[in-house]
Amino acid sequence: MSQGIGLDIRNPQLETIIGEIRRMSRLASNGLESQRPRLGVFKFASCDGCQLSILNLEDELLALGQALDIAYFPEASSTIDSGPYELALVEGSITTEEDAHRIRFVREQAKVLITIGACATAGGIQALRNWGDVESFKQVVYPSPHYIQSLKTSTPIAEHVHVDFELWGCPIDKGQLLRVITDLLAGVQPRLPVESVCLECKRRGNVCVMVAKGLACLGPVTRAGCGAICPSMGRDCYGCFGPTEGTRKGPGLPPNTASLANHFHDGLHLIPVEVLRRFRGINGYAVPFREESNAWEQR
Amino acid sequence: MINPYLIHPATIMEKIREADSIHTYRLRLNDEETRRNFRFAAGQFNMVYLFGVGEVAISIVSDPEEPERLDHTIRSVGRVTSAIAQLQLGETLGIRGPFGQGWPLEAVRGHDVVIVTGGLGCAPVVGAIDYMFRRRRHYGSVKIIHGVKTSRDLLFHERFEAWGKQPDTEVLLASTRPDETWRYHVGVVTDLFERVTLDPAKTMVLMCGPEIMMRLGVPILMRRGIPATAIYVSLERHMECGIGLCGHCQMGPYFLCKDGPVMRYDLVEPWLGRGGV
Amino acid sequence: MARETCGILSRTNFHRLLDALSAKGYRLVGPMVHDGAVVWDTIQRVSDLPIGWRDHQEPGRYRLEQTGSQEIFGVVHGPQSLKPFAFTPREPLVQIERSKDGFTTRSTLPSSEKVAIIGARACDLAGLGIQDQIFLQGEYQDPYYATRRGGLFIIAVNCTRALQTCFCASMDTGPCAKNGFDLALTEVDDQLLIEAGSEAGSDLLSALSLSPASQGLTRQAAALGDACAQSQVRRLDRTRLPQALYEAHEHPRWDDVAARCLACANCTMVCPTCFCHKVEETPDLTRQNSEHSRLWDSCFTQEHGYIHGKNIRPTIKDRYRMWVTHKLASWIDQFGTSGCVGCGRCITWCPVGIDLTEEVSALLKSSEQRSTSSRPQEAPGR
Repeated sequence: MSQGIGLDIRNPQLETIIGEIRRMSRLASNGLESQRPRLGVFKFASCDGCQLSILNLEDELLALGQALDIAYFPEASSTIDSGPYELALVEGSITTEEDAHRIRFVREQAKVLITIGACATAGGIQALRNWGDVESFKQVVYPSPHYIQSLKTSTPIAEHVHVDFELWGCPIDKGQLLRVITDLLAGVQPRLPVESVCLECKRRGNVCVMVAKGLACLGPVTRAGCGAICPSMGRDCYGCFGPTEGTRKGPGLPPNTASLANHFHDGLHLIPVEVLRRFRGINGYAVPFREESNAWEQR
Repeated sequence: MINPYLIHPATIMEKIREADSIHTYRLRLNDEETRRNFRFAAGQFNMVYLFGVGEVAISIVSDPEEPERLDHTIRSVGRVTSAIAQLQLGETLGIRGPFGQGWPLEAVRGHDVVIVTGGLGCAPVVGAIDYMFRRRRHYGSVKIIHGVKTSRDLLFHERFEAWGKQPDTEVLLASTRPDETWRYHVGVVTDLFERVTLDPAKTMVLMCGPEIMMRLGVPILMRRGIPATAIYVSLERHMECGIGLCGHCQMGPYFLCKDGPVMRYDLVEPWLGRGGV
Repeated sequence: MARETCGILSRTNFHRLLDALSAKGYRLVGPMVHDGAVVWDTIQRVSDLPIGWRDHQEPGRYRLEQTGSQEIFGVVHGPQSLKPFAFTPREPLVQIERSKDGFTTRSTLPSSEKVAIIGARACDLAGLGIQDQIFLQGEYQDPYYATRRGGLFIIAVNCTRALQTCFCASMDTGPCAKNGFDLALTEVDDQLLIEAGSEAGSDLLSALSLSPASQGLTRQAAALGDACAQSQVRRLDRTRLPQALYEAHEHPRWDDVAARCLACANCTMVCPTCFCHKVEETPDLTRQNSEHSRLWDSCFTQEHGYIHGKNIRPTIKDRYRMWVTHKLASWIDQFGTSGCVGCGRCITWCPVGIDLTEEVSALLKSSEQRSTSSRPQEAPGR
């Protein structure tokens, strides 16, 4: 998995591409409609919720349609223009042989590829199959299981092709989506916070659900971006924005999932399988959460 | 109450390419009154703002005696600076400043001066060098020692050449990975310390560049008898507000945006090179 | 009319104070029970206050209990100090608008609002005093903070009950308010002893024409404060600070605490004095307008120690050490005072219950056996 949108590290190749998008965007805003950067929205294994977040932009959707040429977005429009696309938003994970090929084609057609949502970025809830036996699921669920052509795993896009930016969330936050597009059109490398949900939660003036109610909240190890929706409703965060900071974990770096898991067990008296399930959720296949839940299999 | 957060628009009057991904932007504040009242000292910095992107702390390179002209030499290293690099003449940046403590040019008066810089670290001392040369007789001998990685990293080549022609002035350049056109020393900048004659009792040192250069270079100068109190270094940390309020630029007990960026070496020595400070 | 500095009000008449403040145009803010704790909220009447409630706090745990008593100020505090009132979690600073020849900028100063805060604790006042020092008394004054701060009328409540997490006595900031308030209350049985701490407070007291406080009641109030200080089970030894912490830079305890710390930043968010903030730029999609705002930030975030291409504090250990060393050591060098007021919020609201006093005590203990050179040791670069 890639580093995600985090640190301010230069990527000259990407800078050139973004500079080109800026140039086109400027020409377009000066009346050269044909120069509008082209947007493609692609779906893989997913629930369509993140694509709906785009449609739910409402007022901003019009502005988006003016700023970009929406060339491929089957969820929204029957117009299907072939690539290449300056910008590709990719929803969903790779669960079939066919999709594993299709994503390579999308990558070839896209100058900047952005994954949208937990499925595309971390494999999604369907990545729970990675710990199970897909064959036996098929036998149980479908009357004619031989029709089902499926891979044994659900994997994030970045395990198949290079991803330029990642938008986390289930679904994504529309403000973050707009922010990334706005930055790209302006020729700026997007940057989104990688800090914990707790900062957003405290800025909102919420009472901590873990400290005051004893709920096993994943907020301290989960990336900000949602605006702390669940704790604002008195609920514990279940990590839908994925792990804080890097998706690869180094020694001594956040997210410190081990300490939180130990507290769930020792302080909040969750039994090991409950601790495991906390981490094995929507982003359970993201490396830090995956490693944590695996560690609790032995307990 | 003055609002130190207010951004003042300024127009790019000139954009000069200095090296790969390094440009000098000559800015002119748009508002006449702001422009007329703007004063700065060599070594101070501005917060330079790009519309819709944000601010970065950049030292002022130009001459403090011509405060209506504000030169900033900027390398594309992050999202703000890379985006600034796309701007052209006539486009607008914003400025807040000037902030911080500049070089102690009055304290240096009457002394021999050794200026040690590395990489882009030469930019924050340009104003100080120009200031001293305009008052040449107030200063003793001047030695300008500058190191770069590759010869392509050498900025202000003409300036170095011109400075070298000043009376009682030596310019020494070093490159660790030069190409065949390099006419100066091959090696690290600290090698050059051995080549200069120093009168430690009347020498003051101004230093700007990577911290590793300071940590390795200062002990050499101190062994040659220059006290830590006669050495000034310009330091870098994450600066977000420029006015000592946002908390990011701390180094030990100092806020480098307001106590620095120029600091007397003995004050910061305990913190330089400490992990995590 | 003589200016009053002291008086008593029975609990049943406490509404008179609120009425007087409302009449002067203040919005009343007090602690209200919400989601299992108290938070600052606008109140209309005395019954909005957490009557009969008490809080129990311990590392990583906060619980409220209804005792059935008529006590108005039985809850010591919630997660919020006074910090959000003047240094708001998000403050728009400047609006930037594109124009034909570039852009124009305009500061977005908040409108001033008269707010009376009822129930601030001594530690909160000490915290606010430190924030005043940072935002108002340095080289640059912050006009956003100044505007909000200028509208505050603060009614302190002297603590008569210490939480398990309190250590204000050892920080010399409480449990009784010393200064920085307009009025201070002490709840003694069903009486409220009221003292004025400012001219505005004194004016209000005079207008209320209260019965004078008996010497007995005043003595009783003082005794309750003393007993509260005595009952504190936590303390922080400041005698060898800042130097001892500077010297503890390579102490193995940092690794120990880093294994527990989540770097979630909760301690810094609830801290009454933590002032770090970052600036966020939010342009609209058309890029005609952009807003420049500041947000509460924390030294526990990745961005905090970031400087082009490298992070000065990549590990949790670096960040925890930065926080504690700043709070308890370099703060003294910067501002002449400790950055800790002993409110204990960082202990309670740490999701995994890391106890600052325990960490500091461990950090100082073994450093006594180490060299006592006056300079920190040069550490190898990372």
